[in-house]
Amino acid sequence: MPEDLKADVIVVGGGLMGAASAFFLRKRGRSVILLERGLVGQQASGVSFGNVRRQGRYLPQLPLAHRSRAIWGQTKELLGDDAEFLVTGHVRGVYDEAQAAVVEKYAKDARGWGLDLELVGGREFRRRFPFFGANVICGSYSPDDGHANPRLAAPAFGRAAARAGARVIENCEVLAIDKDGEDFRVQAVDGRTFRAPSALICAGAWGDKLSAAFGEPVPMTPHGPSMGVTEPVPYGIIPVVGVSTKVAHEVVYFRQVKRGNIVFGGGLRGPDYPDLKRAYVLPENLRRQLRELRRLAPELGKLQVLRTWSGIEGYMRDELPVMGPSGRVSGLYYAFGFCGHGFQLGPGVGDVMAELIDTGVTTTPIEPFHIRRFAASAANAQTTPRAAASATA
Amino acid sequence: MAQPRVIVVGAGPAGVRCAQTLVAAGLTPTVVDEGRRDGGQIYRRQPEGFKRSYVNLYGSEATKAQDLHRSFEAIRPKVDYRPETLAWNVTANKLHVVHDGNQTATLPFDALVVCSGATDRLMPVEGWNLAGCYSLGGAQIALKSQACAIGRRVVFMGTGPLLYLVASQYVQAGATVLAVLDTSRFSQRVRALPALAARPGLLLKGMTLNRILRKAGVAVHSGITPLRITGAASTGVQGVTVRSSVGSELHFDCDAVALGYHLRAESQLADLARCEFQFDSESRQWLPKIDRDGRSTTSGVYLAGDGARILGADGAEAAGRLAALAVLADLGQPASLDQMPKLRRTLDKMDRFRRGLIQAFPWPHAQAAALPDAAVVCRCETITAGELRRVVNDMGGSEMNRAKAFSRVGMGRCQGRFCGHAAAEVVAHAAGVPIEMVGRLRGQAPVKPLPMAALENPGAVNA
Repeated sequence: MPEDLKADVIVVGGGLMGAASAFFLRKRGRSVILLERGLVGQQASGVSFGNVRRQGRYLPQLPLAHRSRAIWGQTKELLGDDAEFLVTGHVRGVYDEAQAAVVEKYAKDARGWGLDLELVGGREFRRRFPFFGANVICGSYSPDDGHANPRLAAPAFGRAAARAGARVIENCEVLAIDKDGEDFRVQAVDGRTFRAPSALICAGAWGDKLSAAFGEPVPMTPHGPSMGVTEPVPYGIIPVVGVSTKVAHEVVYFRQVKRGNIVFGGGLRGPDYPDLKRAYVLPENLRRQLRELRRLAPELGKLQVLRTWSGIEGYMRDELPVMGPSGRVSGLYYAFGFCGHGFQLGPGVGDVMAELIDTGVTTTPIEPFHIRRFAASAANAQTTPRAAASATA
Repeated sequence: MAQPRVIVVGAGPAGVRCAQTLVAAGLTPTVVDEGRRDGGQIYRRQPEGFKRSYVNLYGSEATKAQDLHRSFEAIRPKVDYRPETLAWNVTANKLHVVHDGNQTATLPFDALVVCSGATDRLMPVEGWNLAGCYSLGGAQIALKSQACAIGRRVVFMGTGPLLYLVASQYVQAGATVLAVLDTSRFSQRVRALPALAARPGLLLKGMTLNRILRKAGVAVHSGITPLRITGAASTGVQGVTVRSSVGSELHFDCDAVALGYHLRAESQLADLARCEFQFDSESRQWLPKIDRDGRSTTSGVYLAGDGARILGADGAEAAGRLAALAVLADLGQPASLDQMPKLRRTLDKMDRFRRGLIQAFPWPHAQAAALPDAAVVCRCETITAGELRRVVNDMGGSEMNRAKAFSRVGMGRCQGRFCGHAAAEVVAHAAGVPIEMVGRLRGQAPVKPLPMAALENPGAVNA
């Protein structure tokens, strides 16, 4: 029998959260094993929209978002790769006066959380954001937000983590995790075993299976976002563009990359195909989304869609992620279920989780995301909780 | 009981024979085709108002072309024919189409027969991104459809039967063909003769093409290695330089080049229908798995013609008929199935010939490995061989979808249809792994660009 591979921390899941956590753990001198079932950044992290957006977030999440935004600005120095991060600004259009009032209140409240937003209306709005349709009446602009390339971000963190000494092991599917005395013992499908006193679950839409195995089930549903990209046209739309609305199918967004293509997303989400570990854009969702995109920016209607894609994202019932220490098992940590808005947060999540695991505390408030918020409702559904557990993930 | 809903995609030799067989069994199939008229690529019909004769257009294949066109005309009243319609996606028992710019439709089906044909298989060469470079198929379409040549002085380069066919068609149409430059060696063709003898008639036709070229004084070189296409962005193509079989450099001044290295299956719809694929090591390409009658691994989805196996037009006609009979049998429709054994035998013979062609005109994969770093591989996104090698060496992108994610290769308008095979060869060589290890680019809808103006609500749904 080969000996177990040991480290201070085992990170399960090589998405953006896991890869960034591994990187920042190495920065703190902790030894790390990162286990990824496929390739780093291949699932939800790699198929996201690429929004580095703070405005519109749940306000208590802004401290984490600010910390992450600061890291985004240093990716070139930290990773040797900026993952095409651009500070372009982010604008959200508004269709009616009632929503304008909502946006105005959000901007006022966000100031208290350290986010300055600019409300733009009238001729100034048309002049600065000429791509909006006539029925978009005003907008909220966040100047220091921007976008990056999701295909590059998580792999860049993974490579940087590996260069810094992390054991990044791809194509290694986890079969079971047990707490064995002081250590977590992770068994892979291929027979390898790994051991560490701390474990961090960053398994995205599969995170709930692992947390449930430790007696902490969570209400998570997997969905596939509807993403697409147009043919390239001359670069001219600088900010990331979105909508502020309460109507689910109206939530669409787009950004133009320097190469000229316009990446779009939003609208209705499709199902996942867990057997295939893939998701597909439903044709009806795409057609609906195209209608909303034309309403938001009519000129888009002249372009062609080259490609669509989806991935498997984990959505929590309350639209907030699971992030922080386990409520039951010492040495166990979670960072998953980012409900389709995790891309911007990724670097910050990695930094915070590394701080938490390394020092036992974090200077960034993450209490609202603690897994124990689901404990009350889960207790009813639970039978016998087990301290040591195993699961297939 | 309601009639089963059968959709045939494609109105080339496979699609037409498939639809004809379904109609003969009393069904009313839907025929979805991208073309403005039936006939597919090989028997492409000229636009209305053009008056060229069948012999003029199709040469030795005139009778077959005419027969296919007439067959389709005869069944037209009995099919729901949808020309100029793109099947852009397929989901469980539903085909998604777009036509007339932004009109959409969702067509439910009990059986779908995909007869999507093939396109040129292309090997990059330095300068192939200059204006004036066409695929062999493109050069042929210009001639068949519009009676145009792609240039005043044309060089044909690549390998495969189409190389000689299109070059001779250009000669017969009065165009100036400077040279036919074949990467395959004469000895390879000789070695393939036993397999090619499976279809002696076709072998003979190939020899006739050669005679036409020689008689017209066209320089025909075998065993060449393409070096570069010369010219500039402002002028387009100005010449072609190759290394001859004996190692000397040959140069031809020309203003257009037609390129092609035999064919590749158009298999995106099969991919979106989640059919399983397997690597065909002889042709070094991934092909959808089918049984001998054309059933894919996805229930209700059938594949026939060059979109499944490159058997050529005659093979496509047989495969289309056979797939239709398989559909009828599977749907429990009354049909005379006694033709099936004969059609299967025909296809077996065609398959021997197919393998002979691969042997005679091999895909020159070593050229991909030898491409200079500066050569563009993906023309849509201007991704060079050097960039692909960087992605493999510095980023670990040694699986095709990974290389795509890191480099943008295959992310442009063609979605990797024309660069995917060569890019895989470059990646495999750089990674030092066998070609089948790098996988294949996953299909992503739409099959071809979809207008952003596509309407949300589909029009009339096929009842």
